[in-house]
Amino acid sequence: MSSVAEEVHHDDDHHDHHHTPGIKRWLYTTNHKDIGTLYLWFAFIMFLVGGAMAMVIRAELFQPGMQIVEPNFFNQMTTVHGLVMVFGAVMPAFTGLANWMVPMMIGAPDMALPRMNNWSFWILPFAFLILLSSLFLEGGGPNFGWTFYAPLSTTFSNDSTALFVFSVHIMGASSIMGAINVIVTIMNMRAPGMTYMKMPMFVWTWFITAFLLIAVMPVLAGAVTMVLTDKFFGTSFFNAAGGGDPVMFQHIFWFFGHPEVYIMILPAFGIISHIVPAFARKPLFGYASMVYATASIALLSFIVWAHHMFTTGMPVVAELFFMIATMLISVPTGVKVFNWVATMWRGAMTFEVPMLFALAFIVLFTIGGLSGLMLAITPVDFQYHDTYFVVAHFHYVLVTGAIFSIMAAAYYWLPKWTGKMFDIKLAQWHFWCSLISVNLLFFPMHFVGLAGMPRRIPDYALQFADFNKWISLGGFAFGLSQLIFLALLIKACRKKGDSVPARVWEGAEGLEWEVPSPAPYHTFETPPVIK
Amino acid sequence: MSDQQVEKYYVPDQSPWPFVGAVALFLIAVGAGNFVIETTKGTEGYGGITLIVGLLTLFVMLFGWFRDQINESMSGMHGVQLGRSYRQGMSWFIFSEVMFFAAFFGALFYARNIAMPWLGGDSNNAMTHEVLWPGFEAVWPLVTTPGGTTTEAMGWGGLPLYNTIILLVSSVTCHFAHVGLEEGNRKKLIVFLGVTILLGCGFLVLQVEEYIHAYREMGLMLTSGTYGSTFFMLTGFHGLHVTLGTLLLIIMFLRILKGHFTPKNQFAFMAASWYWHFVDVVWVGLFMFVYIL
Repeated sequence: MSSVAEEVHHDDDHHDHHHTPGIKRWLYTTNHKDIGTLYLWFAFIMFLVGGAMAMVIRAELFQPGMQIVEPNFFNQMTTVHGLVMVFGAVMPAFTGLANWMVPMMIGAPDMALPRMNNWSFWILPFAFLILLSSLFLEGGGPNFGWTFYAPLSTTFSNDSTALFVFSVHIMGASSIMGAINVIVTIMNMRAPGMTYMKMPMFVWTWFITAFLLIAVMPVLAGAVTMVLTDKFFGTSFFNAAGGGDPVMFQHIFWFFGHPEVYIMILPAFGIISHIVPAFARKPLFGYASMVYATASIALLSFIVWAHHMFTTGMPVVAELFFMIATMLISVPTGVKVFNWVATMWRGAMTFEVPMLFALAFIVLFTIGGLSGLMLAITPVDFQYHDTYFVVAHFHYVLVTGAIFSIMAAAYYWLPKWTGKMFDIKLAQWHFWCSLISVNLLFFPMHFVGLAGMPRRIPDYALQFADFNKWISLGGFAFGLSQLIFLALLIKACRKKGDSVPARVWEGAEGLEWEVPSPAPYHTFETPPVIK
Repeated sequence: MSDQQVEKYYVPDQSPWPFVGAVALFLIAVGAGNFVIETTKGTEGYGGITLIVGLLTLFVMLFGWFRDQINESMSGMHGVQLGRSYRQGMSWFIFSEVMFFAAFFGALFYARNIAMPWLGGDSNNAMTHEVLWPGFEAVWPLVTTPGGTTTEAMGWGGLPLYNTIILLVSSVTCHFAHVGLEEGNRKKLIVFLGVTILLGCGFLVLQVEEYIHAYREMGLMLTSGTYGSTFFMLTGFHGLHVTLGTLLLIIMFLRILKGHFTPKNQFAFMAASWYWHFVDVVWVGLFMFVYIL
């Protein structure tokens, strides 16, 4: 590892590997750490923007009756909240983590295609500029739900749909380029000796995620294109009078949408598989089974999409197939949860902040997984479909799942990125406030959902009033809790705090802990050797 | 991975082009969105001009980026590992393109084998048929839609058949050009690549002709129900890809005239030829499922 800290000078200054100062560093960068930082900050800003929209939704739903916003604006809020959180917060955050960590974990100098890396980042702010600014246009922004079902997005949508379509197109281009970069980096840039079955779990999960992204983002591009031509150019893909079918939209959308769900959770599995062993001070239990479980989840994700559509009148055979295929997914997912628990079994556990988030992830993600299993049962889904039970389910897997894992990752690797320990007091406040408020926010949604409260409606029947009051209070508290995180991050970026050694956490394993903290601008100039 | 051990990692310099590219895509997306609204609703605006500026910016970006890239490649800065990254990146890009076409093929199969029979009362939809469009007959090609729009079906003989032959032959000539490059036979390379480009242009001319024929004489239009929608969207996107592929080959041709590429350093040419083979394969699928069956 002596090569790691060593500066390697090139023949001419044309090859200066240090960054230029000022704004150009960020606009023109080819450095995976800079681009990772950009992704992470972008994701966090979008998380706050999407969160602000959630606050509007919860404010309106605080009491029954129409209180604060127009129904059309409420619809725009639910739609854009979903789009921002999925495409603007969770996915870029994971891409940011991949940018920072994958090259370090596999002993590479950078991503395989560093310039394309920069391109794929800078598309995102522009794409969201288009999407968010469409809210201020005459007639408003997209209001058909983040799933943009036809005919809501075709016959009944406003003109800004065209802008929505093209912004999704360029977001997709960004995701595909990002995914190609990750997959090529992993296939081609591993240090000598880093065989596939020696790769850290975060690298493995991202490898499979990148494959899913490349496979399904183009299908999303196809879906939005058909919406565009149906709405503006008179094609009949989703129009029964022309021989098409609105249900076909749902098939195409969910063929993208279901793998997309795993795109947003597989990297989380990878993160948890790093943090749990580090703070249990035991190697990950069942590494190989973790890899195979991840791959099985990814493959199964291609044949379960219609479980989102049980109430559309599919033939019974199809409903049965999609029900059974969906329930199969709980097997590899269960493997993962049991492996994490087995990793902790008789470990020398300590409860630093990343571990707190990881433990919360394991418990709360499992709750979300179990409600998913309930939703997978076709006849039962007929009752749950489009109720707050579904909202509770996917927020448990996305907020206490994906987002909590991202926060766990941020706390786990932040000292490595900045070289300073974050403010532990603030971090603990952030964790406990988030944990309590997020459950107050999402747990009662199960009850109102089972009792029949429909989602995406700005008003509700009186009997749901008490629960909704508590849900909204939980929502506001969760929103405020994230401001603690913001304060902590600003502090960390200003390099306040105690310096940390290379191996920040006593039990942490992996190449990223062999290099100094903060990690040098180009981590590895020559490949390290993996024994 | 053995050759990697002796090689030092190559990390490219900072470059303004990716950011310029992001600005270009921004202008294209805003421009295209507004252009679509303006043309279909007949309103005035800056959509068209924004779109053109965006496309020009993209063109400038591609030119600048590739110029830098070619200069670096020609001065020997790219190693074996980077070459492998490029090839793998291109393969995954083509895979993503395959999935894009898969969405439209999926729409075709669904419309034809599920949506249309159901509208005709199949499965458990007897009442749908009876109540909504009792006179509708489910036959593919769907020349009469449930709503009553009529059209004619495009046969597979004539232009489509010629186009199939043209593209298949062009795939072979493209391969011969590649063989010429591998052998270091410059004449063979130039002749066969030139023929490939001419065949690509010929394909595009015939396809334009086919479209004119469809719109003017057959009444087959984008608005002619699912048959017209799938026909034009599939062949249209394919045509767009042929255009792009031809442009790539033309650029390769110009580079070859300047003496670029050796049997060892030929990634760009290989990528362009892979792309060309890919559009050919898509066409074979199209010819089968859109025209013949």
